[in-house]
Amino acid sequence: MRRAYLDYNATTPVDPEVLEAMLPYFSEEYGNASSIHSFGQKCRAAVEEARESVAKLLGARASEIVFTSGGTESNNQAIFGAVGAAFGERKHVVTTTVEHAAVKTPCEELERCGVAVTYVPVNREGGVCPGKIADAIRPETVLISVMLANNELGTLQPVERIAQIAAEKKILLHTDAVQAAGKIQLNVNRLGAQLLSISAHKIYGPKGVGALYVRDGTRLDPLLFGGHAGRDGRPGTENVPGIVGFGKAAEIAGRVLAEEAPRIAALRDRFERGLLAAIPLVRINGCCAPRTPNTSNLLFPHVEAEALVIGLDLKRIACSAGAACSSGRVEPSHVLTAIGLAMPDAHASVRFSLGRYTTDDDIAYALDVIPPVVQRLRSLNPQWRDAVVVR
Amino acid sequence: MTLPTDGRAPIAVAMSGGVDSSTVAAILCERGESVVGLTMQLWDQRRLPELRPMGAAPQRCCSLDDAYDARRVAQHLGIPHYVLNYEDRFEETVVRPFVESYLAGSTPVPCAQCNTYVKFDPLVATARKIGAERLATGHYARIRFNEASGRYELLRAMDEAKDQSYFLYGLTQEQMSRTIFPLGELDKQSVRELARRAALPVAEKAESQEICFVPSGHYVQFIESYLAERGESVPDEEGEIVTTSGEVLGRHKGLHRFTVGQRKGLGVAVGRPLYVVSLDRGSNRVILGEDQELRSAACDVRDVNWIPFACPEQPLRATVKIRNRHAAANATVQALANGGARVRFDEPQRAVTPGQAAIFYDGDVVLGGGSIV
Repeated sequence: MRRAYLDYNATTPVDPEVLEAMLPYFSEEYGNASSIHSFGQKCRAAVEEARESVAKLLGARASEIVFTSGGTESNNQAIFGAVGAAFGERKHVVTTTVEHAAVKTPCEELERCGVAVTYVPVNREGGVCPGKIADAIRPETVLISVMLANNELGTLQPVERIAQIAAEKKILLHTDAVQAAGKIQLNVNRLGAQLLSISAHKIYGPKGVGALYVRDGTRLDPLLFGGHAGRDGRPGTENVPGIVGFGKAAEIAGRVLAEEAPRIAALRDRFERGLLAAIPLVRINGCCAPRTPNTSNLLFPHVEAEALVIGLDLKRIACSAGAACSSGRVEPSHVLTAIGLAMPDAHASVRFSLGRYTTDDDIAYALDVIPPVVQRLRSLNPQWRDAVVVR
Repeated sequence: MTLPTDGRAPIAVAMSGGVDSSTVAAILCERGESVVGLTMQLWDQRRLPELRPMGAAPQRCCSLDDAYDARRVAQHLGIPHYVLNYEDRFEETVVRPFVESYLAGSTPVPCAQCNTYVKFDPLVATARKIGAERLATGHYARIRFNEASGRYELLRAMDEAKDQSYFLYGLTQEQMSRTIFPLGELDKQSVRELARRAALPVAEKAESQEICFVPSGHYVQFIESYLAERGESVPDEEGEIVTTSGEVLGRHKGLHRFTVGQRKGLGVAVGRPLYVVSLDRGSNRVILGEDQELRSAACDVRDVNWIPFACPEQPLRATVKIRNRHAAANATVQALANGGARVRFDEPQRAVTPGQAAIFYDGDVVLGGGSIV
């Protein structure tokens, strides 16, 4: 059966070139990068080379890259590290209502520890107004954390302007760029953030590796304690194959971005136009804001998103609704309610995200399959039947 | 992975992660059916942390090891599997009524509520949405279509020890038309055997005896924690413990701590064995009496669901089960105009408990049932 993977925001396949780069570091060059001997030295060199590649993708210096176990650790390190190292009896953090759980939950934990947190609301497109961030700042504000691209909507936040505000007030700025890396041009100096999180598996690298950009001179408390702390200060034996794969993935991402972004955007636009034409009442969540080229969050009124995702999976089309947890359970999305969707609409929204291996044929297949599935679900929904009668 | 092929509608299997429903999936796969596994996420075990058994992980995602077990079985069988979140509905139609029922001095049957309002309602609907016209579950009971009457009938399982028809009396004709019970003809031993033969990862899994959302079996603690979580307190907490003749023997700390027929843990000492004979919400009293006072010759039942026929006008003879572990007693059942029925037992029955279900049988056939008033 034909299949189409349209869930690249969840994860991406490992690029064959990345896999090839990683393979020697499992059983041939298996040293511990912290060891003195030649086995270790080879791995150290490979890790440092990867660090250069990741730094280059971000316009950073290699010394500013900390390898982590992924985006979640990067965000935790940034938030707890920055707040912990900040001076002052009372501390305050500013963030938004649409952050990924890997930022939202650490902020909630901070609140339990006595740190005040302001969650700045967003507009109907999912964008935050820099003025509202400025208004939320207090004398005791020690950190602002605003994501660069939203995982569910693709909406891009005005991080550059927020950085100017933060700089004026001398407040640290962290941005979760996990969903932006490889999709838009990234430059830490232009963005102006002191802390930036990325993840390998969202850019065709392996799972279980990420990085935190820490601008030189930024004070962070450690998150983890242990031995073998390398150059970047994070303890624990380095995940050499993973880091090598991340480096290769970053290198490729930088190389292909200029031609991939418009190609994917064109496919996404064709996908959206096709569905808007074929299915009555479809809406695009966050369509009027600047967004990543690959993400399409669609609202199908009178369709239960969970059933649509399952129905499409049975036709081998992968997409997602809400944030899935490890058992596959789907929770209502806080992002969709934050942009003002009523519960029924939030439960009728599905995210499609395209990527490097999405083809014209995939889109054609999706455009063939989705309309009849939506129609079947609507025909089983009494409210839809009533709505049709009324119209 | 077996995927629904065009022309042949897949069967959805409600997979709890236990051996019974896992075996149902295996049986249907064996028969060459196209099968889709569905697991219901019903209750977040992270809630009411004080009820968590010692050593349980505090922050596990859905904490439903059972959902993971179901997924392992589905992977083993090569079938698609999805977890559906029915937490809100479960709380609204099962958990809250469970708590309210105890507070009102009744002893509810949450599994029957769950079958009626969750398993065979939204789950059947979701199954249809994904293209499965029928739902199979691991219940021990049988369904058959009666050509003459044009109605579906519910029957006891062949294995009487495992029979779960008591919990299924609320099924509508529409629900039964879309339901299959592949274990109805089997006994537990054969099911285990089939599970082993299919090498299911849960073949040796122990059976759960308790209500799924109160795994500890401590209902009192659950009810009090649930109310505390919602910032509510047990209404009229304290009250009197009296005998049927009005003698005050002591005080109690809430009707929800008692069940009709209970003898132990009453907190009063008198020279003779006394039982709870009723719980009076109005006066907030626990009423104790002797064994013979616990016996009732009749009871009223509300919200009766009639299965092989519509509401009968004439009284009918039946055997009636007043709790799951009750040997059904001979009785005459008369339908009432209010949608209920009056049951007159040939011999008075012990501990007829409000809130429990009364199920009317003709042999193995379930005629109907409702909730004891």
